[in-house]
Amino acid sequence: MIEGGFFVTALVYLAAAVCAVPLAARFGLGSVLGYLLAGVAIGPFGLGLVGEEGQDVMHFAEFGVVMMLFLVGLELDPTVLWRLRIPILGLGGLQLAATAVVLGGGAWTLGIAPRESVALGLILALSSTAIVLQTLEERGLSKTQAGESSFSVLLFQDIAVIFILALLPLLASHPAHGHGEAGHGSSWVEGLPAWAQTAAVLGAVFSIVLFGRFGIRPAFRYVARTGLRELFVAAALLLIVGVTLLMTRVGLSPALGTFVAGVVLSNSEYRHELESDIEPFKGLLLGLFFIAVGSAIDFGLIGQAPATMAGLVLGLMTAKALVLWGLGWLFGMGFDQRLLFALALAQGGEFAFVLFSFSVSNGVVSTELASRLIAVVALTMAATPVVLAGFQRLLLPRVGTRERADRPFDSIDEDAPVIIAGFGRFGQIVARLLETQDIPITVLEYDSDQIDLLRKFGRHAFYGDATRLDLLESAGAKKAKLLVVAVDRPQKALEIVQVARRHFAHLQVVARARERSDAYDLIDAGAHHVVRETFGSALDAGVQVLEGLGIRRYRAHRLARAFARHDERFLREVAATRHEVEDFFSMIRKRRAEVERTLKADLGRPGSHLDAAWDVQTLRAEMGSSSGGESPVEPATSTGGPSPTSAGQGRTAPSGRDR
Amino acid sequence: MGVLVLFFHPVLEKSRVHRRLVAEARHTPGVQVRDQYELYPEFDVDVPAEQAALTEHDVLVFQHPLYWYSGPALLKQWLDLVLEHGWAYGRSGTALDGKWVLHAVSSGGGTDAYGPRGMNRRPLSDYLLPFEQTARLCGMAWLPPFWVPGTHRLSDAELDAQAGAYGGLLGRLAHAPRDLEAWTKLPYANADVLRAHRPEAEP
Repeated sequence: MIEGGFFVTALVYLAAAVCAVPLAARFGLGSVLGYLLAGVAIGPFGLGLVGEEGQDVMHFAEFGVVMMLFLVGLELDPTVLWRLRIPILGLGGLQLAATAVVLGGGAWTLGIAPRESVALGLILALSSTAIVLQTLEERGLSKTQAGESSFSVLLFQDIAVIFILALLPLLASHPAHGHGEAGHGSSWVEGLPAWAQTAAVLGAVFSIVLFGRFGIRPAFRYVARTGLRELFVAAALLLIVGVTLLMTRVGLSPALGTFVAGVVLSNSEYRHELESDIEPFKGLLLGLFFIAVGSAIDFGLIGQAPATMAGLVLGLMTAKALVLWGLGWLFGMGFDQRLLFALALAQGGEFAFVLFSFSVSNGVVSTELASRLIAVVALTMAATPVVLAGFQRLLLPRVGTRERADRPFDSIDEDAPVIIAGFGRFGQIVARLLETQDIPITVLEYDSDQIDLLRKFGRHAFYGDATRLDLLESAGAKKAKLLVVAVDRPQKALEIVQVARRHFAHLQVVARARERSDAYDLIDAGAHHVVRETFGSALDAGVQVLEGLGIRRYRAHRLARAFARHDERFLREVAATRHEVEDFFSMIRKRRAEVERTLKADLGRPGSHLDAAWDVQTLRAEMGSSSGGESPVEPATSTGGPSPTSAGQGRTAPSGRDR
Repeated sequence: MGVLVLFFHPVLEKSRVHRRLVAEARHTPGVQVRDQYELYPEFDVDVPAEQAALTEHDVLVFQHPLYWYSGPALLKQWLDLVLEHGWAYGRSGTALDGKWVLHAVSSGGGTDAYGPRGMNRRPLSDYLLPFEQTARLCGMAWLPPFWVPGTHRLSDAELDAQAGAYGGLLGRLAHAPRDLEAWTKLPYANADVLRAHRPEAEP
């Protein structure tokens, strides 16, 4: 490691990431491989910029995996999780058991001691949550059947790690090298009797659930009320760090703990805000983690016996893939999904690093074997993004049975076609209308007190500032069809429209405008439909006045409709031309006078379009000048009662109607 | 020679037949469709816009279901508003002179229901008489209607055939057929209906 402490380290890692990741992305290899290559480049076998302390970085960066599981949890509400119970327990359990048996058996036939073989089988059966989820997400494969099955298996593995950690010390055959602990901070429950340990574990999980259910809402509302964005980020990080510490203290996997916390919070109105706050941290830490993995690949070991190592890497991946292939067949996956499932999970996982050092210190596995296998695991992890890129580019177009239409368990999130930003008087009416047609809506609201109030009425809104791109994204703006901008502050509304139009070209924007000038701005910003908030109701009032003056209701209604049409046209025209004219106000005056003139003509003049239909003045004039009296040319005046068509008869003959 | 389809249906989402027919019209080159209930949900027909559209075309096809022996309400509103005195009829009302009018209608009842012994007692052409006279008063020539009868019991195959016939008809109209005069002698514009009525009127 070169001199200079933290900042130099940061410089090295950040520079490596910034240089390597865009390159990898350019060649379609995905960010994961970019980070891994960056790690190799700066590692002891590349430029030698980082050395032993890469291990510490890796332990720190594992926090990224913890955050990722928190985010995954946020996406899964408990009902979805319950629906996934069969893939998680069935598929996950079978994968772990079968792979452990195959790999352990393989190790045993290669002449490794039985106990050691069991440990190796269990450790190598685990796959890499970080690499698989990140790569699948990046390649847009996470919502496929194979993607969801992979997630289920990984979730089961995360739970199983706890049991493997408990089991490993019982397999000890070598003399122990150190005290039995690796990567897990000091524990409160050490030395307690088994029942007390179990109670502590259950208590910890239960307290997370309780806090998520009842404590989080007032706490976040308290923080949100300050209106300070960074404070909310701090609170979100505090939550995750707190859960992580609690979990490590009772000897549970922190990833599992934050996953539970995520699931508990998935129904909360702060979900999207949490998602977008944690997301960048997770991304950076995961990147750091991948760099650390890359730099930890021991090319010295590989160089000593390249053929053996290549054989081990290939053998491990083939064996794992074959087991997965069989399970995919057993669970009824289609050919291409089975292939993806088998290839996605065929690597060793980051838990292997922890578990190998743990088993070395417990005397289960010999140091030499462990370091060699750690290198193998790192290589398989690095190979996964390459394999998946190859699968998607070369294999998928050929096997292409694609997804079946009726997948057994559907996508993890239900993306609503409509997002409503702002849930006050305006947004609520829009929402109520949509709900009569059972149209799903995602609602964003900035005011936490308003959210609280809504909840008392049994309504649900997510907390967050919709001017933020990331929040719109996590609210599903990429897949939604329409965005209703219903916030009451004009400046906010304008910002939301600008962000939405810039980043989501397909999204139709319906915007609420407070004043006429706001409407101009919103039109400029590219809102597809601009609704002036008081226009409709003021027009209704005008109709009431006309009616009060004795004008027939239908005429009053038609006048209002004609007025609205002209005014809308006027609005659009002014919006388009107002930047070109020097004197805005005189232009408005002039244009308004024009509109009023045409309106008057349209509404009042005999023979104008609005009145022509049922007006007979011109007709009478024509008649008077020619024959006079009655004429067949009088469609508008033929007022003889119900015409002798067949209404009465038709009532007994409904076949006259077509639906 | 352009064809303008003036389409009137208040609940298109429930009409299997008209969804097919209007799609057929939209895909036929030389045919423009104006979906009136989509344009004027509040019945405030934009008269200048409609008149401009009529001026640009030579064949006007009114496509609509038969409701109570007439068209949907907006069709009547449209006729009331758009066919202005002094424009469509009257001494100076010559804007529509020489154009052709064809109604493409669907009915729940089959051809038998519109026979002398059917529950509707009279042929379809009788129920279209107000439309025919409106066209003639405006100086337009009346073409025999395109009729999809018996929509309640129409099979998918029959609907396919009708949609195909409709597309073919519109396509031919768009290519300015010379024998339009001869067409006016036919009772109906679709072939299968024609066969059913062959004894009455041979082309």
